[in-house]
Amino acid sequence: MEPILNIDNLKVSFMTSNGEVQAVRGVSLSVGKGEILGIVGESGSGKSVTSMSILHLLADTARIKEGSSIRFDGEELIGAPKKRMREIRGEKISMIFQDPMSSLNPLIPVGKQVAEMLLEHHKDISKDEAKKAVLELFAKVRIPEPEKRYKCCPHEFSGGMRQRVMIAMALANKPELLIADEPTTALDVTIQDQILQQLRELEKEYGTSIIFITHDLGVVAELCDRVIVMYGGLVMEEAPIDEIFEHPSHPYTMGLLNSIPDMEQDKAVRLKPIPGSPPDMTNPPAGCPFAPRCPYARKICGAELPEFTQVGEGHSSRCFLLYPDAPADDNNPFRREV
Amino acid sequence: MSEHNILEVKDLTKHFKAGKKQIVHAVDGISVTLGKGKTLGLVGESGCGKSSCARTIIRMYDPTSGQIILDGTDITNMKQKELKPYRKKMQMIFQDPYASLNARMTVRDIIAEPLLAHNLVKNKEEANDLVYPMLERVGLTKEHANRYAHEFSGGQRQRVGIARALILEPQLVICDEPISALDVSIQAQVINLLKDFQEEKGLSYLFIAHDLSMVRYVSDDVGVMYLGQLVEMSEADEIYRNPLHPYTKGLLGSVPIANPKLARQKEKSSMEGDIPSPINPPSGCRFHTRCPYARPECAQTTPELVDVGNGHRVACHLHKA
Repeated sequence: MEPILNIDNLKVSFMTSNGEVQAVRGVSLSVGKGEILGIVGESGSGKSVTSMSILHLLADTARIKEGSSIRFDGEELIGAPKKRMREIRGEKISMIFQDPMSSLNPLIPVGKQVAEMLLEHHKDISKDEAKKAVLELFAKVRIPEPEKRYKCCPHEFSGGMRQRVMIAMALANKPELLIADEPTTALDVTIQDQILQQLRELEKEYGTSIIFITHDLGVVAELCDRVIVMYGGLVMEEAPIDEIFEHPSHPYTMGLLNSIPDMEQDKAVRLKPIPGSPPDMTNPPAGCPFAPRCPYARKICGAELPEFTQVGEGHSSRCFLLYPDAPADDNNPFRREV
Repeated sequence: MSEHNILEVKDLTKHFKAGKKQIVHAVDGISVTLGKGKTLGLVGESGCGKSSCARTIIRMYDPTSGQIILDGTDITNMKQKELKPYRKKMQMIFQDPYASLNARMTVRDIIAEPLLAHNLVKNKEEANDLVYPMLERVGLTKEHANRYAHEFSGGQRQRVGIARALILEPQLVICDEPISALDVSIQAQVINLLKDFQEEKGLSYLFIAHDLSMVRYVSDDVGVMYLGQLVEMSEADEIYRNPLHPYTKGLLGSVPIANPKLARQKEKSSMEGDIPSPINPPSGCRFHTRCPYARPECAQTTPELVDVGNGHRVACHLHKA
């Protein structure tokens, strides 16, 4: 699959009164055309900051370090002029967020807000044409009674309906890439299911690539083609969807999978949580950021950062225990019998 | 009232006024019982009334009608003063550990406050003798006692909230979405802590959450709520294995499965539409507007919650005893 987006060695820090918060510390990833890439991680893992960097949506306190590169369709976005970014936003790359209420203008009818997207990028279409296109979009994202809903303000909508408006807006110009940052986290499972199904259909129909950011492994399993697991501002593991669930190859990924109960979970057996809490990014650990919480950590893990080891087709993981010279003792979950 | 039950709720109703002459039917005729040392899970979409139900049970809201019996005593219409000794028996853990802890109090003071409010200790020094062991019990240390809530992570704050609720040694703890604001890796820590306490002290939990697999894991019985009413109630495994109400089926079918192969095989049966407004709930069965099996009678008569065997109760015209 030819990549539409290539992020290379992205480093982003925030300058705060407590010092430099190293939110993203060298992330490289790519998204193929028509691919749905999941980015999984907990709060503070750097997943949102990575995605916000793409469209220049970071706060003023953010600094993108030298050597970072974000190439979209061959074009370098870091350092791109404001005017060019305005053209790209909404036209080529769109984004939807967790809280649709704070992304919509509360005073303007939703139909008009979506129409703005079309009018902004196409100087040649009339307002009537834009309205017609919006009504079609509303029908596509299954907003009932589009004509009536066109004139409603956001507060008259439920959370799920607002998120549909956001999706309609994001897709108005048939972008090549859609970035969805926890778009279903605030929604009920029933509504989440409807939205996921829609995203799947839209991806098929338009061939839009999607970056889907979430902390919910279930959502990833239902939607994504490939997954990137982030922790402490770094990519820890990258794998095709089936691989990550069948052969998780990083202790953090394994910990995540172990800590969620499935519908078959034996109630008498305790869950296996990951002990401790995520690292403080003003002073990130010198070695593997997961080492302080890792049940398999060795001396070297706290001192040096491991490189990626290829463990399968399109599957790589950043862990010393996968190194060929790693000791194959009982405390190595990856030891393979030769 | 059986002495094995810590809580019996009969036909509980809570209506809120909304503007002129409009009434929000938040809770409409809920009856549940919770055995000592057991966990009852309540699930449903936002707006189904599960939190209002919990808050009415704990008498944060005054019930409109119905009966709440806590450990054999009817507390439905007690005045606040009379209620005070019973408050010790029931405590609550809240969803948002950022909003439910006083930002200007140290962790020690937060945990000691219930002890002082109920005159269980004479002064703060005496309270410390109870606060320190409790801190350690929830996985924090003595050193954390003098810090403020903002210095803690979400998971640690929720531990403080748990310590505050459990320091009074209550018999009933209402957990209103206790883990939904936490990271996945932290959720299991908190759940294990709650389970440990239950085993140790014989606590009963009323556990409200929208994470259905977690509810199944912690609960003995599960009730499914829709627009203020119970539509199905059963032993936890039974309801997940053999859901009868179309709403329960839809709800369970919407849960994402953390297994891509199974997820692909899953029948796609998305539930249509949103939950209607509780101001003018639909007539008859309140679910009929979204139900794929609705028949004319569903819009006319409200189905009763009937036992269809083995204590599995369901309110649906398709399932009669």
